[in-house]
Amino acid sequence: MGTLYEDIIDYGGEVFGKEHLETLRECVQCGKCTGGCPSGRNTAFRTRKLMQMALVDMREEIFNAPELWFCSTCYTCYERCPKGVKVTDIIRTIRNLAAKEGHMSVPHRMIGVYVMKTGHAVPIGPAQMELREAVGLESQPPTAQHPQNKDQLEQVQTIFKTTGYDAMIDFDWDTMNLKGMDKGGKK
Amino acid sequence: MTEHPTEYAYFLGCITPNRYPGIEAATKKIFTEFGIETKEMVGASCCPAPGVFGSFDMHTWLPVAARNLAIAEEMDLEIYVTCNGCYGSLQEADHLLRENPKLKEKTNKILGKFGREYKGTTKVNHSIVVLHDFIGLEKLKERITKPMNDVNVAVHYGCHFLKPREVRGHGSSETPYILEDLVKVTGAKDVDYKDKLMCCGAGGGNRTADSVQSLEWMRQKLVSAMEVGCDCMVHPCAFCHLQLDRGQAEMNKAFGTSFDFPILFATQFLGLAMGLSEKEVGLDAQTTTMPEKLLK
Ligand code: SF4
Ligand code: SF4
Repeated sequence: MGTLYEDIIDYGGEVFGKEHLETLRECVQCGKCTGGCPSGRNTAFRTRKLMQMALVDMREEIFNAPELWFCSTCYTCYERCPKGVKVTDIIRTIRNLAAKEGHMSVPHRMIGVYVMKTGHAVPIGPAQMELREAVGLESQPPTAQHPQNKDQLEQVQTIFKTTGYDAMIDFDWDTMNLKGMDKGGKK
Repeated sequence: MTEHPTEYAYFLGCITPNRYPGIEAATKKIFTEFGIETKEMVGASCCPAPGVFGSFDMHTWLPVAARNLAIAEEMDLEIYVTCNGCYGSLQEADHLLRENPKLKEKTNKILGKFGREYKGTTKVNHSIVVLHDFIGLEKLKERITKPMNDVNVAVHYGCHFLKPREVRGHGSSETPYILEDLVKVTGAKDVDYKDKLMCCGAGGGNRTADSVQSLEWMRQKLVSAMEVGCDCMVHPCAFCHLQLDRGQAEMNKAFGTSFDFPILFATQFLGLAMGLSEKEVGLDAQTTTMPEKLLK
Protein backbone atom coordinates (compact mmCIF):
# COMPACT_ATOMS: atom_id res chain seq x y z
CA MET A 1 0.00 0.00 0.00
CA GLY A 2 1.37 3.35 -1.02
CA THR A 3 -0.06 6.79 -0.43
CA LEU A 4 -3.66 7.23 -1.49
CA TYR A 5 -2.47 9.15 -4.54
CA GLU A 6 -0.16 6.30 -5.56
CA ASP A 7 -2.91 3.74 -5.05
CA ILE A 8 -5.32 5.76 -7.18
CA ILE A 9 -2.79 5.85 -10.01
CA ASP A 10 -1.93 2.15 -9.68
CA TYR A 11 -5.39 0.67 -9.25
CA GLY A 12 -7.34 2.95 -11.57
CA GLY A 13 -4.47 3.45 -14.00
CA GLU A 14 -4.80 -0.02 -15.41
CA VAL A 15 -8.33 0.76 -16.58
CA PHE A 16 -8.34 4.52 -17.24
CA GLY A 17 -4.64 5.00 -18.00
CA LYS A 18 -2.28 6.56 -15.48
CA GLU A 19 -2.22 10.02 -17.12
CA HIS A 20 -6.00 10.23 -16.80
CA LEU A 21 -5.81 9.95 -13.02
CA GLU A 22 -2.58 11.90 -12.63
CA THR A 23 -4.67 14.96 -13.49
CA LEU A 24 -5.48 14.99 -9.78
CA ARG A 25 -2.12 16.72 -9.26
CA GLU A 26 -3.30 19.64 -11.42
CA CYS A 27 -6.07 20.61 -8.99
CA VAL A 28 -5.72 24.26 -7.95
CA GLN A 29 -8.55 24.17 -5.41
CA CYS A 30 -10.66 26.70 -7.31
CA GLY A 31 -13.92 25.09 -6.17
CA LYS A 32 -15.68 25.11 -9.53
CA CYS A 33 -16.44 21.41 -9.08
CA THR A 34 -18.20 22.04 -5.78
CA GLY A 35 -20.05 25.00 -7.30
CA GLY A 36 -21.86 22.84 -9.85
CA CYS A 37 -22.22 19.69 -7.79
CA PRO A 38 -25.84 18.65 -7.12
CA SER A 39 -24.66 16.71 -4.10
CA GLY A 40 -22.75 19.68 -2.71
CA ARG A 41 -25.97 21.67 -2.78
CA ASN A 42 -27.77 19.05 -0.73
CA THR A 43 -25.23 17.26 1.45
CA ALA A 44 -21.99 17.84 3.33
CA PHE A 45 -20.06 16.33 0.42
CA ARG A 46 -17.50 18.78 -1.02
CA THR A 47 -15.81 17.76 -4.25
CA ARG A 48 -12.96 20.29 -3.95
CA LYS A 49 -12.26 19.20 -0.42
CA LEU A 50 -12.19 15.53 -1.42
CA MET A 51 -9.59 16.27 -4.10
CA GLN A 52 -7.38 18.01 -1.55
CA MET A 53 -7.88 15.30 1.05
CA ALA A 54 -6.81 12.73 -1.54
CA LEU A 55 -3.70 14.74 -2.37
CA VAL A 56 -2.63 15.04 1.26
CA ASP A 57 -3.28 11.35 1.90
CA MET A 58 -6.21 11.55 4.31
CA ARG A 59 -7.16 7.99 3.46
CA GLU A 60 -8.98 6.95 6.61
CA GLU A 61 -10.93 10.22 6.87
CA ILE A 62 -12.12 9.81 3.28
CA PHE A 63 -12.95 6.12 3.59
CA ASN A 64 -14.87 6.54 6.83
CA ALA A 65 -17.07 9.45 5.73
CA PRO A 66 -20.52 8.53 4.38
CA GLU A 67 -20.23 11.50 1.98
CA LEU A 68 -17.87 9.51 -0.25
CA TRP A 69 -20.98 7.68 -1.47
CA PHE A 70 -23.11 10.80 -2.10
CA CYS A 71 -21.65 11.47 -5.55
CA SER A 72 -24.08 10.41 -8.29
CA THR A 73 -21.29 10.27 -10.90
CA CYS A 74 -23.08 12.98 -12.89
CA TYR A 75 -19.80 14.20 -14.48
CA THR A 76 -20.67 17.89 -14.11
CA CYS A 77 -17.40 18.55 -12.27
CA TYR A 78 -15.48 16.43 -14.76
CA GLU A 79 -16.80 18.50 -17.65
CA ARG A 80 -16.27 21.86 -16.01
CA CYS A 81 -12.92 21.58 -14.23
CA PRO A 82 -10.70 24.34 -15.68
CA LYS A 83 -7.61 22.22 -15.04
CA GLY A 84 -8.88 19.07 -16.70
CA VAL A 85 -8.96 17.04 -13.50
CA LYS A 86 -10.87 13.82 -14.27
CA VAL A 87 -12.80 14.23 -11.04
CA THR A 88 -15.55 11.63 -11.42
CA ASP A 89 -13.17 8.86 -12.43
CA ILE A 90 -10.90 9.79 -9.53
CA ILE A 91 -13.87 9.54 -7.16
CA ARG A 92 -14.85 6.15 -8.60
CA THR A 93 -11.28 4.94 -8.13
CA ILE A 94 -11.18 6.16 -4.52
CA ARG A 95 -14.43 4.28 -3.92
CA ASN A 96 -12.92 1.12 -5.40
CA LEU A 97 -10.05 1.37 -2.93
CA ALA A 98 -12.45 2.02 -0.05
CA ALA A 99 -14.60 -0.97 -1.05
CA LYS A 100 -11.54 -3.21 -1.24
CA GLU A 101 -10.72 -2.25 2.33
CA GLY A 102 -14.19 -3.21 3.50
CA HIS A 103 -15.92 0.18 3.42
CA MET A 104 -19.05 -0.93 1.64
CA SER A 105 -22.58 -0.76 3.02
CA VAL A 106 -24.89 -3.77 3.09
CA PRO A 107 -27.36 -2.22 0.59
CA HIS A 108 -24.45 -1.57 -1.81
CA ARG A 109 -23.21 -5.13 -1.37
CA MET A 110 -26.73 -6.43 -2.03
CA ILE A 111 -26.63 -5.01 -5.56
CA GLY A 112 -23.80 -7.48 -6.23
CA VAL A 113 -25.85 -10.28 -4.66
CA TYR A 114 -28.68 -9.68 -7.16
CA VAL A 115 -26.31 -9.73 -10.11
CA MET A 116 -24.59 -12.92 -8.94
CA LYS A 117 -27.95 -14.60 -8.33
CA THR A 118 -29.86 -13.47 -11.40
CA GLY A 119 -27.46 -11.63 -13.71
CA HIS A 120 -29.37 -8.43 -13.01
CA ALA A 121 -29.13 -5.64 -10.45
CA VAL A 122 -32.89 -5.26 -10.83
CA PRO A 123 -34.29 -8.76 -11.42
CA ILE A 124 -37.77 -9.60 -12.68
CA GLY A 125 -40.58 -11.08 -10.56
CA PRO A 126 -44.10 -12.38 -11.27
CA ALA A 127 -45.79 -8.94 -11.04
CA GLN A 128 -43.45 -7.48 -13.64
CA MET A 129 -44.01 -10.45 -15.94
CA GLU A 130 -47.67 -9.43 -16.02
CA LEU A 131 -46.69 -5.86 -16.86
CA ARG A 132 -44.72 -7.20 -19.82
CA GLU A 133 -47.65 -9.26 -21.07
CA ALA A 134 -49.93 -6.24 -20.78
CA VAL A 135 -47.83 -4.38 -23.37
CA GLY A 136 -47.61 -7.42 -25.63
CA LEU A 137 -44.12 -8.64 -24.73
CA GLU A 138 -42.89 -12.12 -23.80
CA SER A 139 -43.41 -12.57 -20.07
CA GLN A 140 -39.68 -12.92 -19.53
CA PRO A 141 -36.96 -11.34 -21.66
CA PRO A 142 -34.21 -13.64 -23.03
CA THR A 143 -31.61 -12.17 -20.68
CA ALA A 144 -29.26 -13.93 -18.23
CA GLN A 145 -32.10 -14.39 -15.73
CA HIS A 146 -34.27 -16.44 -18.11
CA PRO A 147 -34.48 -20.08 -16.92
CA GLN A 148 -33.35 -21.21 -20.37
CA ASN A 149 -30.12 -19.24 -20.01
CA LYS A 150 -28.54 -20.83 -16.94
CA ASP A 151 -25.28 -21.29 -18.86
CA GLN A 152 -25.24 -17.55 -19.57
CA LEU A 153 -25.77 -16.71 -15.91
CA GLU A 154 -22.89 -19.02 -15.05
CA GLN A 155 -20.63 -16.96 -17.30
CA VAL A 156 -21.47 -13.85 -15.31
CA GLN A 157 -20.84 -15.73 -12.07
CA THR A 158 -17.48 -16.90 -13.41
CA ILE A 159 -16.43 -13.28 -13.88
CA PHE A 160 -17.34 -12.38 -10.30
CA LYS A 161 -15.42 -15.40 -8.98
CA THR A 162 -12.38 -14.67 -11.13
CA THR A 163 -12.05 -11.05 -10.04
CA GLY A 164 -12.75 -11.86 -6.40
CA TYR A 165 -15.84 -9.68 -6.19
CA ASP A 166 -17.64 -12.47 -4.35
CA ALA A 167 -15.03 -12.49 -1.58
CA MET A 168 -14.94 -8.68 -1.46
CA ILE A 169 -18.61 -8.46 -0.51
CA ASP A 170 -18.58 -11.66 1.59
CA PHE A 171 -20.84 -13.57 -0.74
CA ASP A 172 -21.81 -17.09 0.25
CA TRP A 173 -22.34 -19.38 -2.77
CA ASP A 174 -24.26 -21.89 -0.63
CA THR A 175 -26.96 -19.49 0.49
CA MET A 176 -26.55 -17.17 -2.54
CA ASN A 177 -26.56 -14.27 -0.11
CA LEU A 178 -24.12 -12.28 2.01
CA LYS A 179 -22.50 -14.35 4.72
CA GLY A 180 -24.53 -14.36 7.91
CA MET A 181 -27.56 -12.78 6.23
CA ASP A 182 -29.57 -15.96 6.83
CA LYS A 183 -29.05 -15.34 10.52
CA GLY A 184 -30.12 -11.73 10.10
CA GLY A 185 -26.58 -10.47 10.65
CA LYS A 186 -24.46 -8.05 8.67
CA LYS A 187 -21.28 -10.05 8.25
CA MET B 1 -24.52 10.69 -45.88
CA THR B 2 -23.48 7.57 -44.05
CA GLU B 3 -25.72 4.57 -44.26
CA HIS B 4 -27.08 3.56 -40.89
CA PRO B 5 -27.95 -0.03 -40.01
CA THR B 6 -31.57 -1.11 -40.27
CA GLU B 7 -31.11 -3.98 -37.85
CA TYR B 8 -29.84 -3.73 -34.27
CA ALA B 9 -29.14 -5.80 -31.19
CA TYR B 10 -31.29 -4.32 -28.42
CA PHE B 11 -29.39 -4.32 -25.14
CA LEU B 12 -32.26 -4.41 -22.64
CA GLY B 13 -30.39 -4.06 -19.35
CA CYS B 14 -32.44 -4.44 -16.15
CA ILE B 15 -34.90 -1.63 -15.52
CA THR B 16 -36.42 -1.39 -18.99
CA PRO B 17 -37.50 -5.04 -19.31
CA ASN B 18 -37.96 -5.77 -15.60
CA ARG B 19 -39.69 -2.62 -14.32
CA TYR B 20 -40.86 -0.46 -17.24
CA PRO B 21 -41.56 -2.79 -20.16
CA GLY B 22 -43.67 0.01 -21.66
CA ILE B 23 -40.39 1.66 -22.64
CA GLU B 24 -39.30 -1.52 -24.42
CA ALA B 25 -42.66 -1.90 -26.17
CA ALA B 26 -42.82 1.75 -27.29
CA THR B 27 -39.27 1.70 -28.63
CA LYS B 28 -39.70 -1.55 -30.55
CA LYS B 29 -43.04 -0.41 -32.03
CA ILE B 30 -41.65 2.90 -33.23
CA PHE B 31 -38.54 1.32 -34.69
CA THR B 32 -40.65 -1.25 -36.54
CA GLU B 33 -42.74 1.60 -37.96
CA PHE B 34 -39.60 3.03 -39.49
CA GLY B 35 -38.32 -0.28 -40.82
CA ILE B 36 -35.73 -0.83 -38.13
CA GLU B 37 -35.49 -4.39 -36.97
CA THR B 38 -34.73 -5.32 -33.36
CA LYS B 39 -32.89 -8.51 -32.42
CA GLU B 40 -32.79 -9.77 -28.84
CA MET B 41 -29.44 -10.33 -27.14
CA VAL B 42 -29.75 -13.80 -25.63
CA GLY B 43 -28.03 -14.11 -22.28
CA ALA B 44 -27.19 -10.43 -21.83
CA SER B 45 -26.86 -9.38 -18.19
CA CYS B 46 -26.86 -6.17 -16.21
CA CYS B 47 -24.69 -3.68 -18.17
CA PRO B 48 -23.40 -3.45 -15.21
CA ALA B 49 -24.34 -0.04 -13.79
CA PRO B 50 -21.33 2.22 -14.40
CA GLY B 51 -21.60 4.47 -11.36
CA VAL B 52 -22.37 1.52 -9.12
CA PHE B 53 -20.12 -1.36 -10.23
CA GLY B 54 -17.63 1.18 -11.56
CA SER B 55 -17.56 2.57 -8.03
CA PHE B 56 -17.20 -0.79 -6.29
CA ASP B 57 -14.78 -2.61 -8.53
CA MET B 58 -13.95 -1.43 -12.04
CA HIS B 59 -11.99 -4.63 -12.63
CA THR B 60 -15.26 -6.56 -12.34
CA TRP B 61 -17.38 -3.93 -14.08
CA LEU B 62 -15.26 -4.06 -17.24
CA PRO B 63 -15.36 -7.81 -18.07
CA VAL B 64 -19.11 -7.98 -17.39
CA ALA B 65 -19.65 -5.08 -19.81
CA ALA B 66 -17.23 -6.64 -22.31
CA ARG B 67 -19.18 -9.90 -22.22
CA ASN B 68 -22.33 -8.01 -23.17
CA LEU B 69 -20.50 -6.29 -26.02
CA ALA B 70 -19.20 -9.69 -27.18
CA ILE B 71 -22.76 -11.01 -27.49
CA ALA B 72 -23.61 -8.23 -29.96
CA GLU B 73 -20.35 -8.82 -31.81
CA GLU B 74 -21.26 -12.47 -32.24
CA MET B 75 -24.56 -11.30 -33.76
CA ASP B 76 -22.58 -9.01 -36.07
CA LEU B 77 -24.80 -6.08 -35.12
CA GLU B 78 -24.57 -2.64 -33.58
CA ILE B 79 -26.32 -2.11 -30.27
CA TYR B 80 -29.08 0.23 -29.19
CA VAL B 81 -30.05 0.94 -25.59
CA THR B 82 -32.91 2.63 -23.73
CA CYS B 83 -31.07 3.55 -20.55
CA ASN B 84 -28.28 6.04 -19.89
CA GLY B 85 -26.75 3.60 -17.43
CA CYS B 86 -26.45 0.93 -20.13
CA TYR B 87 -25.24 3.57 -22.57
CA GLY B 88 -22.69 4.85 -20.08
CA SER B 89 -21.42 1.43 -19.18
CA LEU B 90 -21.22 -0.23 -22.57
CA GLN B 91 -19.95 2.76 -24.48
CA GLU B 92 -17.31 3.54 -21.87
CA ALA B 93 -16.17 -0.09 -21.73
CA ASP B 94 -15.94 -0.20 -25.52
CA HIS B 95 -14.00 3.07 -25.53
CA LEU B 96 -11.50 1.93 -22.89
CA LEU B 97 -10.95 -1.48 -24.46
CA ARG B 98 -10.38 -0.02 -27.91
CA GLU B 99 -7.78 2.39 -26.56
CA ASN B 100 -5.82 -0.04 -24.44
CA PRO B 101 -4.63 -3.34 -25.96
CA LYS B 102 -3.23 -4.58 -22.65
CA LEU B 103 -6.55 -4.06 -20.94
CA LYS B 104 -8.28 -5.85 -23.80
CA GLU B 105 -5.92 -8.81 -23.44
CA LYS B 106 -6.52 -9.02 -19.70
CA THR B 107 -10.30 -8.79 -20.18
CA ASN B 108 -10.30 -11.44 -22.89
CA LYS B 109 -8.43 -13.81 -20.59
CA ILE B 110 -11.49 -13.75 -18.34
CA LEU B 111 -14.00 -14.01 -21.20
CA GLY B 112 -11.92 -16.87 -22.66
CA LYS B 113 -12.83 -19.01 -19.67
CA PHE B 114 -16.22 -19.50 -21.27
CA GLY B 115 -15.20 -19.17 -24.88
CA ARG B 116 -16.08 -15.55 -25.54
CA GLU B 117 -13.97 -12.72 -26.86
CA TYR B 118 -14.30 -8.97 -27.07
CA LYS B 119 -13.07 -7.83 -30.49
CA GLY B 120 -14.14 -4.22 -30.76
CA THR B 121 -16.44 -4.70 -33.73
CA THR B 122 -19.77 -3.41 -32.46
CA LYS B 123 -20.96 0.11 -31.76
CA VAL B 124 -23.10 1.31 -28.88
CA ASN B 125 -25.94 3.63 -29.90
CA HIS B 126 -28.58 5.28 -27.80
CA SER B 127 -32.09 4.66 -29.16
CA ILE B 128 -32.71 8.40 -29.00
CA VAL B 129 -29.77 9.04 -31.30
CA VAL B 130 -31.09 6.39 -33.69
CA LEU B 131 -34.36 8.34 -33.76
CA HIS B 132 -32.79 11.76 -34.12
CA ASP B 133 -29.83 11.11 -36.40
CA PHE B 134 -30.62 7.91 -38.24
CA ILE B 135 -34.39 7.99 -38.75
CA GLY B 136 -34.33 11.76 -38.74
CA LEU B 137 -36.71 14.54 -37.81
CA GLU B 138 -38.30 14.81 -41.27
CA LYS B 139 -39.47 11.22 -41.30
CA LEU B 140 -40.58 11.42 -37.69
CA LYS B 141 -42.65 14.49 -38.41
CA GLU B 142 -44.56 12.74 -41.18
CA ARG B 143 -45.81 10.15 -38.68
CA ILE B 144 -47.12 12.54 -36.04
CA THR B 145 -50.87 12.00 -36.06
CA LYS B 146 -51.69 13.43 -32.65
CA PRO B 147 -49.69 16.64 -32.35
CA MET B 148 -48.86 17.78 -28.82
CA ASN B 149 -49.60 21.39 -29.67
CA ASP B 150 -50.43 22.85 -26.28
CA VAL B 151 -48.10 20.70 -24.20
CA ASN B 152 -45.17 22.26 -22.32
CA VAL B 153 -42.33 19.82 -21.89
CA ALA B 154 -39.45 19.83 -19.43
CA VAL B 155 -36.60 17.95 -21.06
CA HIS B 156 -34.41 15.89 -18.72
CA TYR B 157 -31.21 14.41 -20.15
CA GLY B 158 -29.91 12.44 -17.23
CA CYS B 159 -26.14 12.45 -16.98
CA HIS B 160 -24.54 9.67 -18.96
CA PHE B 161 -26.29 10.51 -22.21
CA LEU B 162 -24.14 13.61 -22.68
CA LYS B 163 -21.22 13.20 -20.30
CA PRO B 164 -18.33 12.70 -20.46
CA ARG B 165 -18.33 14.46 -23.84
CA GLU B 166 -15.07 12.80 -24.93
CA VAL B 167 -16.79 9.39 -24.82
CA ARG B 168 -20.38 10.28 -25.80
CA GLY B 169 -19.61 12.57 -28.70
CA HIS B 170 -22.88 14.53 -28.71
CA GLY B 171 -21.23 17.94 -28.47
CA SER B 172 -21.76 20.35 -25.61
CA SER B 173 -23.20 18.97 -22.42
CA GLU B 174 -24.34 22.47 -21.44
CA THR B 175 -26.33 23.30 -24.58
CA PRO B 176 -27.72 20.01 -25.85
CA TYR B 177 -30.38 19.80 -28.58
CA ILE B 178 -31.29 16.18 -29.37
CA LEU B 179 -34.20 15.73 -26.95
CA GLU B 180 -35.42 19.27 -27.56
CA ASP B 181 -35.63 18.50 -31.29
CA LEU B 182 -37.56 15.28 -30.65
CA VAL B 183 -40.01 17.10 -28.38
CA LYS B 184 -40.55 19.92 -30.87
CA VAL B 185 -41.16 17.53 -33.74
CA THR B 186 -44.41 16.50 -31.99
CA GLY B 187 -45.58 20.11 -31.88
CA ALA B 188 -44.96 20.40 -28.14
CA LYS B 189 -43.09 23.27 -26.59
CA ASP B 190 -39.64 22.69 -25.11
CA VAL B 191 -39.52 24.84 -21.97
CA ASP B 192 -36.26 25.84 -20.33
CA TYR B 193 -36.15 25.56 -16.54
CA LYS B 194 -33.72 26.23 -13.75
CA ASP B 195 -32.51 22.74 -12.96
CA LYS B 196 -32.77 21.34 -16.48
CA LEU B 197 -29.25 19.91 -16.52
CA MET B 198 -29.35 18.61 -12.98
CA CYS B 199 -28.99 14.92 -12.20
CA CYS B 200 -32.11 13.00 -11.04
CA GLY B 201 -30.16 12.00 -7.94
CA ALA B 202 -30.24 8.24 -8.37
CA GLY B 203 -26.89 7.45 -9.97
CA GLY B 204 -23.58 6.28 -8.59
CA GLY B 205 -25.22 4.31 -5.80
CA ASN B 206 -26.51 7.56 -4.28
CA ARG B 207 -30.11 6.32 -4.26
CA THR B 208 -28.97 3.18 -2.46
CA ALA B 209 -26.65 5.08 -0.09
CA ASP B 210 -29.36 7.48 1.10
CA SER B 211 -32.69 7.39 -0.70
CA VAL B 212 -34.34 10.36 1.03
CA GLN B 213 -31.37 12.58 0.31
CA SER B 214 -31.36 11.45 -3.33
CA LEU B 215 -35.11 12.11 -3.61
CA GLU B 216 -34.51 15.68 -2.46
CA TRP B 217 -32.42 16.34 -5.59
CA MET B 218 -35.32 15.15 -7.67
CA ARG B 219 -37.82 17.21 -5.69
CA GLN B 220 -35.86 20.36 -6.49
CA LYS B 221 -35.68 19.43 -10.13
CA LEU B 222 -39.42 18.72 -10.42
CA VAL B 223 -40.34 21.93 -8.61
CA SER B 224 -38.19 23.98 -10.95
CA ALA B 225 -39.98 22.42 -13.94
CA MET B 226 -43.41 22.92 -12.43
CA GLU B 227 -42.67 26.54 -11.53
CA VAL B 228 -42.40 27.48 -15.21
CA GLY B 229 -45.59 25.68 -16.18
CA CYS B 230 -44.33 22.40 -17.57
CA ASP B 231 -46.95 19.68 -18.06
CA CYS B 232 -44.58 16.72 -18.06
CA MET B 233 -40.97 15.57 -18.19
CA VAL B 234 -39.50 13.73 -21.18
CA HIS B 235 -36.18 11.88 -20.83
CA PRO B 236 -34.01 9.13 -22.40
CA CYS B 237 -33.16 6.92 -19.40
CA ALA B 238 -34.87 3.94 -17.78
CA PHE B 239 -32.93 4.44 -14.56
CA CYS B 240 -33.96 8.11 -14.33
CA HIS B 241 -37.50 6.89 -15.05
CA LEU B 242 -37.42 4.67 -11.98
CA GLN B 243 -36.27 7.55 -9.80
CA LEU B 244 -38.54 10.19 -11.38
CA ASP B 245 -41.69 8.07 -11.58
CA ARG B 246 -41.64 5.62 -8.70
CA GLY B 247 -39.52 8.05 -6.70
CA GLN B 248 -42.45 10.47 -6.57
CA ALA B 249 -44.46 7.99 -4.52
CA GLU B 250 -41.47 7.42 -2.23
CA MET B 251 -40.95 11.15 -1.95
CA ASN B 252 -44.59 11.82 -1.11
CA LYS B 253 -44.29 9.29 1.68
CA ALA B 254 -40.99 10.64 2.97
CA PHE B 255 -41.82 14.34 2.74
CA GLY B 256 -45.60 14.35 3.12
CA THR B 257 -46.01 15.92 -0.33
CA SER B 258 -48.50 15.06 -3.08
CA PHE B 259 -46.49 15.21 -6.30
CA ASP B 260 -47.93 13.59 -9.42
CA PHE B 261 -45.85 15.04 -12.23
CA PRO B 262 -46.08 13.00 -15.47
CA ILE B 263 -42.84 11.27 -16.47
CA LEU B 264 -42.36 9.84 -19.97
CA PHE B 265 -39.47 8.11 -21.69
CA ALA B 266 -38.90 9.82 -25.06
CA THR B 267 -40.30 6.91 -27.11
CA GLN B 268 -43.41 6.79 -24.91
CA PHE B 269 -43.97 10.47 -25.61
CA LEU B 270 -43.33 10.07 -29.34
CA GLY B 271 -45.49 6.95 -29.32
CA LEU B 272 -48.47 8.91 -28.01
CA ALA B 273 -47.90 11.58 -30.67
CA MET B 274 -47.79 8.83 -33.30
CA GLY B 275 -51.16 7.52 -32.19
CA LEU B 276 -50.21 4.70 -29.85
CA SER B 277 -52.43 4.38 -26.80
CA GLU B 278 -51.45 5.01 -23.20
CA LYS B 279 -51.76 1.28 -22.57
CA GLU B 280 -49.65 0.26 -25.56
CA VAL B 281 -46.69 2.25 -24.24
CA GLY B 282 -47.25 1.18 -20.63
CA LEU B 283 -48.05 4.63 -19.27
CA ASP B 284 -51.23 3.37 -17.60
CA ALA B 285 -49.14 1.03 -15.43
CA GLN B 286 -46.78 3.49 -13.80
CA THR B 287 -46.89 5.70 -10.72
CA THR B 288 -47.48 9.12 -12.25
CA THR B 289 -50.72 9.76 -14.10
CA MET B 290 -50.97 11.19 -17.59
CA PRO B 291 -53.14 14.28 -18.08
CA GLU B 292 -55.88 14.36 -20.74
CA LYS B 293 -53.79 16.83 -22.67
CA LEU B 294 -51.27 14.15 -23.54
CA LEU B 295 -53.83 11.49 -24.38
CA LYS B 296 -56.48 13.25 -26.43
S1 SF4 C 1 -12.72 22.38 -10.45
FE1 SF4 C 1 -10.85 21.19 -10.83
S2 SF4 C 1 -9.14 22.52 -10.19
FE2 SF4 C 1 -11.01 23.42 -9.33
S3 SF4 C 1 -11.10 22.51 -7.24
FE3 SF4 C 1 -12.32 21.19 -8.59
S4 SF4 C 1 -10.90 19.58 -9.26
FE4 SF4 C 1 -9.67 21.27 -8.42
S1 SF4 D 1 -19.80 13.74 -10.49
FE1 SF4 D 1 -20.14 13.64 -8.27
S2 SF4 D 1 -18.75 15.17 -7.43
FE2 SF4 D 1 -18.93 15.63 -9.61
S3 SF4 D 1 -20.59 17.13 -9.74
FE3 SF4 D 1 -21.54 15.11 -10.00
S4 SF4 D 1 -22.20 14.47 -7.94
FE4 SF4 D 1 -20.73 16.17 -7.70
